[in-house]
Amino acid sequence: MSEEHFDAIVVGAGPAGSAAAYTMAKAGLSVLQLERGEYPGAKNVQGAILYAEPVEKLIPDFREDAPLERHIIEQRLWMLDDTSYVGMHHRSEDFNEERPNRYTIIRTQFDKWFARRVREAGALLLCETTVTDLVRDQSGRVIGVRTDREGDPVYADVVVLGEGVNGLLGQRAGLRKELKPDSVALAVKEMHFLPQEVVDSRFNLKGTEGVVVEAMGTVTAGMVGTGFIYTNKESLSIGIGCLVSDFVASGDTPAALLERFKNHPAIRPLLAGSECKEYSGHLIPEGGYKAVPELFGDGWLVVGDAGHFVNGVHREGSNLAMTTGRIAGETIADLKHKGLTLSQKNLAEYKKRLDATFVMKDLKKYKDLPSFMHNNRHMFDVYPRLLNQASKTWFRVDGVDKLTKEREIVDSFRKSRSITGLLGDAFKMMRVWR
Amino acid sequence: MNTSNPVVKVEQKLFQNRYLVDGGRPHIVVKPHTTPSKNLLAMTTACPMGCYTKNDSGQVEISVDGCVECGTCRIVCAATGEIEWNYPRGGFGVAYKFG
Repeated sequence: MSEEHFDAIVVGAGPAGSAAAYTMAKAGLSVLQLERGEYPGAKNVQGAILYAEPVEKLIPDFREDAPLERHIIEQRLWMLDDTSYVGMHHRSEDFNEERPNRYTIIRTQFDKWFARRVREAGALLLCETTVTDLVRDQSGRVIGVRTDREGDPVYADVVVLGEGVNGLLGQRAGLRKELKPDSVALAVKEMHFLPQEVVDSRFNLKGTEGVVVEAMGTVTAGMVGTGFIYTNKESLSIGIGCLVSDFVASGDTPAALLERFKNHPAIRPLLAGSECKEYSGHLIPEGGYKAVPELFGDGWLVVGDAGHFVNGVHREGSNLAMTTGRIAGETIADLKHKGLTLSQKNLAEYKKRLDATFVMKDLKKYKDLPSFMHNNRHMFDVYPRLLNQASKTWFRVDGVDKLTKEREIVDSFRKSRSITGLLGDAFKMMRVWR
Repeated sequence: MNTSNPVVKVEQKLFQNRYLVDGGRPHIVVKPHTTPSKNLLAMTTACPMGCYTKNDSGQVEISVDGCVECGTCRIVCAATGEIEWNYPRGGFGVAYKFG
C-alpha cells in the first residue's frame, strides 16, 4: 500500500461506513474502506431491527438478495414487575405488505451482504486492517490514515470515520471527547435457536411474519435500561442493556441481569428448549442530541455511532447510521464533482443537510430525555410495579366493590409518588417529549 | 437488588463465541497498582465477559481471551488512567457469527 491516493477513505464496514462507501463508489469516486474485523460484521452487534427506508434509498432492490429474517407485523411494549407485565401490543395485517417497512436481521450476515454490494459498486474493501492514526498536513488538515499493516500511510482527499461507538481513532486525534459512562449503555445479548415452526407457534406467526418485544421494568433492577426479544426465522435474539454508569454503581453483572430477564415468567416459556449459540456485548450511544460531537473538519467527517447518532427512545440506530453515511457520501461526491476542496468550510454542507433530515430533527426533539431518565429512574421501577399491581387489583374478581378497588389503586400511586410527584412526572414527561 | 439470582457462569457462555486470540499480545493492559480505584474495581462486576478479577492481594487483573472489545472498561477507567486499551491487531479478537 505505498504512495496510494484515493478520493476517500472510509474507516469501518458497518452500516454507516458501508452506506458512505457505497454512495461514493456509485458516484464514481475511488474509495478505500478499512475494517479491523476478519470480515465485515465481525465486531458488530445489533438487536437487530432493520428499517427498510434508508436501505431502499441506497439499494432499491435490496429485498431480492439481502439476508432478511422476518418482516415485523407486531410490536409489543411490556412493563414488567417480578411476576407480571402490562403490555401494549400492536399487530396489523397491513404490515403484510409487498414492501414491508421493518425486518429482523442477523447483523453479521447483513453487514457481509452490504459489504459485498459496496465492493460490487467499485469500492476497495480491506479487512483485518486496524487504522491506528490519522495523517495530517502542516495545516492540520486530515490527508490520510496509518494502519497496522506494513507500509506507508494511505492518502485521500477525505476520511470518513464510521468507526463505531468505541471510536478510538477520532478520540485520540482530538476530534471528539471521550464518552461518559452515563451517556452510553452496555447491552448483552444471546442468540437462541429453535425450529422455525416453534417460533411461529409461540408468537402466532406464519410465513416470514415476525414479532418484536421491548421490555422495561424491574428486570433492569432499578437501572436505566430496557430488554428485548426479537423473532428471527429460526432463532430468537434476546438482550438487555443499561447505562454503564448504572452498572458501575449497582454492582449488578450484565450476565446475571440477562439471566434474570430470561427467567422472568413471561419470557422463560418463549425460550424453552432453545439452544444458545452466541453471547455478545456492545456499547450503545445514549447521550442523544447533546452528546453529538463535532461532525466534520478539514478533510474528515464522522458518521453512525461514532457521531452518537442513536435515537434511544425509539430504539433506532442503524437507520440513522445509514442515513448519515449516505448523506456524508453524497456531500463529498457533490463537492468533488463541483471541483471544490473538502475543507471544513465546504464540509459544513454535511451538517446542513443532516439538519434537514429526521436524524437531527428526532435527536433534537428528545434532547432532554437522556438527563430526564437519569434523574427519574423511578420510571423504570416504581411505575412498572404500580401499573402491574393496579392491573392485578382491577382484574381480580373477589367480592371487593369497584369503588374500593379504585381507591386502593389511587392510594397506591399516591403513597409511592405523592400527588405532586405524580403531577410533576406527568409534566416533566410532557416537556421532554414535546 | 433481586435476591433470587440465578448462578451464571460467564466463562461457559464464552465457549459459544469465536475468537482469534493474538497470543502474548493482550490489547488491554491493567497498569501496575497497589490499590485499585473504585472504577477499576467495578470492572470485576461490570465487564460483561467477566474478564476482570481481583487477586488475593487486592489488585485487579485482566485476562483478555474472552474480551469482545465492547469498551466498557475503557470508558469507566478513562478518568483514572489505570488501563491501556487498544483494538486488537487487524483480524484478531472476537469474530461474531451472528452479532
